[in-house]
Amino acid sequence: MYKAKINITLRKSILDPKGKAAKNALHNLGINSISDVRIGKFVEMDINADSDKQAYELADSACAKLLANEVMEDYQINIEKN
Amino acid sequence: MSKKIGVIVFPGSNCDHDAYHAMKQVMNAETRFLWHKDTDLNDIDLLIVPGGFSYGDYLRSGAIARFSPIMNSVISYAEKGNPVLGICNGFQILLESGLLPGAMLHNEKLRFVCKQVHIKVESTRSWFTANLEKGQVLNIPVSHGEGNYFIDENGLNQLEANDQVAFRYCDENGHVSEESNFNGSVSSIAGITNNAGNVLGMMPHPERAMEQILGSGDGKLFFDSVFNRLQLS
Repeated sequence: MYKAKINITLRKSILDPKGKAAKNALHNLGINSISDVRIGKFVEMDINADSDKQAYELADSACAKLLANEVMEDYQINIEKN
Repeated sequence: MSKKIGVIVFPGSNCDHDAYHAMKQVMNAETRFLWHKDTDLNDIDLLIVPGGFSYGDYLRSGAIARFSPIMNSVISYAEKGNPVLGICNGFQILLESGLLPGAMLHNEKLRFVCKQVHIKVESTRSWFTANLEKGQVLNIPVSHGEGNYFIDENGLNQLEANDQVAFRYCDENGHVSEESNFNGSVSSIAGITNNAGNVLGMMPHPERAMEQILGSGDGKLFFDSVFNRLQLS
């Protein structure tokens, strides 16, 4: 059994309105040294697979088909053995 | 021959009855609801994917609805050249399904916007705009939190080159500006068609602008155009 931990974020070139609003709020709190905030999604999945390579491929296909929209989002997958 | 209109109902659709009323009572067309698990579209002459919050907008707007059983039929229906109209959440579903290019981001200022806006007809090439005039300004309501249309530069160039931009947000005089682009859409885009012109997605709600007494009758001009084209087919 493997665990996939996936970060999905808006592509760098796209303005992230939620991140920008959070950054402004942090500045209002006086935490001015934070220069950029990007907000995304975190997905955790348990995967039955024979190898970490196979688990990665399954997670990658899940991201490409459903979890992320590659028109506007990037994703990054980390596979851990349970 | 009377034309049959199908309005798809997903769990979470909430403009399905508006669309039904617009088609049945205002346009006097035979209209029926299609549950998202239906797959038979054989007798349908115009398919409407209505607005709402299908599947609670989980993951992304339209992302889960795109895998409802009816969507495979919708894709082959569209690929055969039949007319498909996606309004608001329906537009988002058509983007997720790949029938139209691009994606939807949260409105630039993060607010849910519900108000009357003006849109300008940019192309009369499609099924849905053939009887409108280029440059014509329509007064139609919007109601969305994720209507900030995004497409990359290559995609935008392609849309422009193929005359696929159907509507842009504008002011009442038809002037397109940063101010009139209230949700931050790329190039002020309010609606696009596929290359063949039989699939249209738009964020504004023409089905909510069918009767002057309810604020605007301009949505009817839009549907008159669609029905004219339907009668010809």
